[in-house]
Parts: sequence; structure tokens; C-alpha cells
Amino acid sequence: MKNISLHIDGKYVQTPGGSTILAAAKQNGIHIPTLCYHPRTRQAGKCRLCVVEVKGLPGLQVSCSIQAQDGMVVLTHTERIIETRKMIVELYLSNGKHNCMSCEACGSCELQAVAYHLGIEKSDFPAVDKDMPVDMSCPMIIRDMNKCIQCYRCIIACNDIAVNEVLDMGYRGSKMTVVCDTDKPMGKSSCVVCGECVQLCPTGALTEKKAIGKARHWETEKVRTTCPYCGVGCQLQLHVKDNEIVKVTGAEDVEPNYGSLCIKGRFGYDFVHSPLRLKSPLLRKDGRLEEVSWEEALNFTAKRFSEIKQAHGPDSIVGIGCARSTNESAYVMMKFMRAVIGTNNIDHCART
Amino acid sequence: MLYMSKILLRNKDIPNSQSLEVYTGRGGYNALRKALSLPQDDVISMVYESGLRGRGGAGFPAGAKWRMLTKYRVKTVYLICNADEGEPGTFKDRFIMEFDPHLLLEGMLITAYATGAHHGFIYIRGEYDWIAKILVKAIDEAQAHGFIGNNILGSSFSFFVDVFRGAGSYVCGEETALIESLEGKAGRPRLKPPFPAASGLYGDPTLIHNVTTLSYIPFIIGNGPDAFKSAGKAGSGGTHIFGISGHVNKPGIYEYPMGTTLRELIYEAAGGIRGGKHLKAVVPGGMSAPILKADEIDVSMDYQALNAIGTMLGSGGIVVLDEDTSIPMIAQKTAKFYAHESCGQCAPCREGTNMIKYLIDKIIAGEGTAKDIEQILRLCRYIRGSTICAFGIAATLPIAAMIKKFRNEFEALLRD
Ligand SMILES: Cc1cc2nc3c(=O)[nH]c(=O)nc-3n(C[C@H](O)[C@H](O)[C@H](O)COP(=O)(O)O)c2cc1C
Ligand code: SF4
Ligand code: SF4
Ligand code: SF4
Repeated sequence: MKNISLHIDGKYVQTPGGSTILAAAKQNGIHIPTLCYHPRTRQAGKCRLCVVEVKGLPGLQVSCSIQAQDGMVVLTHTERIIETRKMIVELYLSNGKHNCMSCEACGSCELQAVAYHLGIEKSDFPAVDKDMPVDMSCPMIIRDMNKCIQCYRCIIACNDIAVNEVLDMGYRGSKMTVVCDTDKPMGKSSCVVCGECVQLCPTGALTEKKAIGKARHWETEKVRTTCPYCGVGCQLQLHVKDNEIVKVTGAEDVEPNYGSLCIKGRFGYDFVHSPLRLKSPLLRKDGRLEEVSWEEALNFTAKRFSEIKQAHGPDSIVGIGCARSTNESAYVMMKFMRAVIGTNNIDHCART
Repeated sequence: MLYMSKILLRNKDIPNSQSLEVYTGRGGYNALRKALSLPQDDVISMVYESGLRGRGGAGFPAGAKWRMLTKYRVKTVYLICNADEGEPGTFKDRFIMEFDPHLLLEGMLITAYATGAHHGFIYIRGEYDWIAKILVKAIDEAQAHGFIGNNILGSSFSFFVDVFRGAGSYVCGEETALIESLEGKAGRPRLKPPFPAASGLYGDPTLIHNVTTLSYIPFIIGNGPDAFKSAGKAGSGGTHIFGISGHVNKPGIYEYPMGTTLRELIYEAAGGIRGGKHLKAVVPGGMSAPILKADEIDVSMDYQALNAIGTMLGSGGIVVLDEDTSIPMIAQKTAKFYAHESCGQCAPCREGTNMIKYLIDKIIAGEGTAKDIEQILRLCRYIRGSTICAFGIAATLPIAAMIKKFRNEFEALLRD
């Protein structure tokens, strides 16, 4: 779209038409703090941290939701704006239970980051007791609603991205909280444990159970890899400490998944370090499985295929491709069956 | 001497005023006949010229709102009557609906004709269950006599109305929360823009008016815009229904010209302060209107004059408080109400109203410090204007005014 130009904090900037004020500021190196906004869940307009003043419009405007217009004059850091942001963050800190020291999200928490940037060491408001039971019912996810900032990200994630339609906001006022179905424990709800909500939660309200106590955010090495479970090839970010996978998140910036994962890709990584994991081929000798080299195993298999083909013809052999293989492997498998074995008996496990 | 005006309450004390027979016998539905004989734009112009402003609280000019809709006539347009009447101290709409339901229906019909709406909803607060029944009966009666339905009075205009009962939430009176609720969702206000005139109920252009606003329409069309204007003494003209409650001798519902003074309303209409006591303070326009001190009551009750002294006409609910009233206790009740009714959707309102309530409770309990008062004022200052809907303003303006005008009463409760 055509570029438009506007003034932000006295700076003349350009942005593609249709951008929000927030996007225009970001493109031009002007930082506006946000909590409920995330590029994947987009504007929610709930936290009101991204407020700015726009000449000619009354009150404060939320920059995540208002489109930049040609010739607009925007201020992002007036005293009123800073004071409003400080009030909001201090209220969050007073009305929630944010024990950062032992919180799993410490270091990656966005509330913490915003408080840091606004120079808030401690809320100036008294702490209002909040003591909601922590929901441990889900095998993989811990829900501590005392740390929830009602940003709606998990709700948009569950309903609009993963389309599982489990989460919604229940109740109202200061009692407003995220509920699963009709306010059931997560483990008893229709949740399929995809973890989309956990990944998008800006605070420690939603955390991975298996990762508890394993590592601080800054201690882990982030390793990009492809999920081994199926042919979609979702991109993973492994969080690794001392050569151990502590948790897995979806890589947000790339195809095909843009951060989304299924339960297996996100939580099914125990096999990597399992002592039961097969690391070399097994061959049955005298009725017992024995570890052998790849060379021996492949030679044996080739020999038996040839013998069977000779004795009973190529159509006595059938190939079933694996759902975990990539497109390339599936293609080679098909080629192998048709060109090497000489049969059309080739199918896929997802169809059989 | 004060003379009560009789535009909206003229049928109220007539026996059987809810019936179609009595209503038509007193000239009812003639304005509809007249409207149907005029081009739609002429009807809009009459309302525009009358200067009628919305009686739901915000006082937005009705004619201007109608004109915004004309460009959407090709689409489905909905008309919603806001009968949620949740503002504490407000009880005007219920009298119109209870005693003159056909007046409201006639107003809706003319409005729908002018703006091209074919379906209307009356969103009535849940507690008014018996009034909902009166409305349904009136609608049935009007439909049976050809005032509602297809080809009304032989014209090409068709219109249907449904009554929808709310479930007891104050914020559902806010127009976009009301629309969400009407659509079957939780009553949480929408981000604006878009405004309902562009995208309202089911995403279609929607006109929302308060009961009282709509009920003025038959008079304006029947008698002309000038007759309406000259019914007022000041400001934008017309009359206003004042619901006077609190420590007065004759609490009740009164219709007087716009521009009548608050003093006249309290001392003449409502018979003065109960038990010969002195007046301490007045809330002039529903609980969200900033409080006035006893020496401010010579103000003319119209939009402009009240704005000039930092308060508002709001919903016209006047709450009169005598010398024995504790303002901090009133502040505590107010804070409790808003903390309870916040929809919870946006951070400053959800967290802030809860904190204001916490701090006022602390002060009332004798545990407060001077800093707590400052913190309440800080909250009132910065919640305002940073929220999704005007609830944030409604919740903070009255508290800030109570503290500023009666600070000594709060300070007297502080620890040490
Ligand atoms: C928190 C809140 C509560 C409201 N409650 C009501 C109400 O109960 N009745 C009403 O008519 N308007 C109420 N309003 C105002 C409506 O949003 C809207 O402005 C009004 O219905 C428009 O009608 P009018 O133009 O006839 O005044 C409320 C607004 C807010 C912000
Ligand atoms: S894990 Fe997936 S299905 Fe379950 S609540 Fe979160 S987003 Fe919804
Ligand atoms: S649980 Fe997390 S993502 Fe969901 S609303 Fe709370 S803070 Fe936001
Ligand atoms: S201002 Fe209050 S009532 Fe309005 S949307 Fe925000 S939380 Fe809800």
C-alpha cells in the first residue's frame, strides 16, 4: 500500500498506509510498551499500556488499534502517558501475586520487562491479597491465575489460532479470570494440550509443568530444529541446558507453523533422553533380538527382499510409508517400491 | 412559581394509560400518521432542528446521530431502545414505559421510519420484569391495530419490535456492551471505532437511543421543533424528567423545563429537605455526575451550565443529601458499586476501581493515611480517558469530586 507520513514525537516518519500507530512507531525505532498486543494475536486493546496522544482526538488513544493517518501528530511519551502506564503496571503488581524470584517466567516475562523499562521497583499501591488455587490438573500445563493479567492472548490463541475453543474470560470486574469451558479444571476440560496458550502468555500464569525448576530462561541455549513427528515439518525451538532439552516452543518467525505446535511436538520430547530409546538396529538371531551394525542390518534386509521377490514375485511385497517421514523420504520410499522392488503395492500408514 | 411541563408525563396519571384505546383517544399515533406523510429527510430535519439531545447520559444531539445513518439506508438498519436504566439514582424511563408504553412505541416507529430501520429491540433491565410484560402487551395491541407490522397504516413502511430482558449488569447500558449482550455474548463493551452507526448489532448500522429520547419524538413531529425548543428555558431547550430521591420531602419523578434551577427542583418541586434539615450536597445527574455543594444549587439544569461547573446533566437522577450524611460513606458505596460493575475487560478500570474501593474501605476502617487519599486521586486522574468505555470516567469523576469538595471529612477519618 502507498506510504503515508506522520509526526511521532516530533519526528517525521513514513509508514505503509493501513499501519497502526504502534506499527508505524516500531518501524521507525520508537518504542511503545505493550502487554496484550502480540504480532500473532494482534490488537486486543485490553492492557491500555500502548496509549498515545493524537492531536485532535480526545483523551488517550490505544496505538495498537488506531490506524495511522496521513499528517497525524502523535505523542508517545508525555507526562500523562507515562503516568498512566506506571499506574497500570503498579496496579498489575499490586493486584496480582508476582513473586518474580521463583517464577518460571522470570527473564522472559513481559510484565517484568515493562516494569523494568518504566523504572518501577515496587508498586506504590498496597498489595491486595489474591489467593486463587493453582490449577495443576492438566498433565502438561500449570495455570496460576494469580499471575494472570487478563491480556486475552491465550483466549485468542485457543479460539482463533489453534481453534480449539476451550478458553474464555469468565466473571467480571476484579474477579474476571480465564476459564476452561464452563470453568472446569484444565485437565477435565476439552483442552487438547496443544500449548498454544502457554507459548503466548506474557507472564508466568501459564507454564510448562515438565520445565519447572529445570533452568532459568537465560541459562538455556535456543536450538532451532524440525519436529521429528510428522511430515508437516514444524519448526521447533529447543531450550537446552547441559545437553538436556528443558522445554520446546514453536519457532514464531517461520513457516509452516509460525509458533504453533501440537501436543507431541511441544511436549513429547522425553524420548530424546530415554534409556529405552533404540540407537542401533536389532536383528533376531536364534529367536532373540540382538544389536547389530547398520551394514549388517541393511545387507540382511536386501538379501531377504531379493529372495522373497525371486520365490513369490514382486507383488508379494508391500510398502507402508511412515507418517513421521518427510516428503522427500516418502518419495524415495515410493521410488524404491516401484523401481527397485517392482510393485505398485505402496501406501501410507495414515491411510491403512 | 414552578409549572410542571407535560410532554412526556402527560398521560401518566390518566386511568388505564397503558391501553391503546386511551392513548389514541388522547391523540396518540397522530404524529406517526403525520411522519408517514412526510419524506424521511424532513422528519430527520425536524428532529435536528429541535435540538433534542440524548437523555441516556452523554447528551449527544439526536438529529446528528440520525443523519449519520442516512448513508446506510440501503443496508439493514437496526433501532435499539436502551431501557437498561442502571445508573444509580435514575428512575425516569420506567415511568414512561410503565404508564405510557405506546408513547415509546410511537417514538420508535417514527425514528425507524426516518432512519430506515425495519427491526427494533427494546433492551430492558432484567429487574423491570413487570414492565417488560406491559411493553409486550402494548406491542401486541399495536400490532393487532396495524401500528406495528407490515405496511403500517397502509404505507410501504414495515417495522417489528422485540423486547429483550437484560441480566442485571450496569455496563450493559453502555451501547456496545448492550449490543454484545443482545447478540447473546457477555456484556463487554467493544473497541471504538467502529461506532454502532457504522457497525452495530450483527455488524449492521444501528441507532441506539434512550427511552426518554425516543419518547420526545412524537411531540417534536406532532408540534414542530420550535414547540419543543420553547418548552425549555435555557440551553438546548425541551424538558427533562428529573428523578429526585434522597433526603427530600417529596421524592419522585418530575418533568420540568430545561433550565429550571436545581434549587427550584429541590425546594419547590420536591418540597425541600426532610425534617427541616440543611442541605449538604446534591448529585445532579445520576451517580456518575460529580457532586455539588449546597452553595452550587442555583445552577440552571441544562447541559451547558452544568458542564461549566464541572458536573453534568447525565440521566437527570438527582440525589439530595442532608447535613447528617457522611460523604466518605457515599464515596464508599459509589466505589463498591463501580468495582462490582466493571466488566473487567480493560486493565485501568478493572484493577483501578478495585484499588479505589480497597483504599476507601481502608480509610473508612480508620486505617487510612494521607497517602491513600493522594493515591485515590491519582487513580481518578489516570483511569479517566485510558479505558475502553466511558465506565472509567463514570467511576472516577464522582469519587474525585467527593474528595476534592469534602476533603476534610476524609481527612478526619485518617489514622493519627
Ligand atoms: C457505563 C455506562 C452505562 C450506561 N448506561 C445507560 C443506561 O442505562 N441507559 C441509557 O439510556 N444509556 C446508558 N448509557 C449511555 C449509552 O452508552 C448511550 O450513550 C445511550 O444509550 C445513547 O442514547 P441517547 O443518545 O438517547 O442518550 C451508558 C453509558 C455508559 C458508559
Ligand atoms: S493447550 Fe491448546 S487447547 Fe488447551 S487451552 Fe491451551 S490453546 Fe486451548
Ligand atoms: S493466562 Fe496469560 S495469556 Fe491468558 S490472559 Fe492471563 S496473562 Fe494473558
Ligand atoms: S472501562 Fe471498565 S466497563 Fe468499560 S470496557 Fe473497560 S473494564 Fe469494561
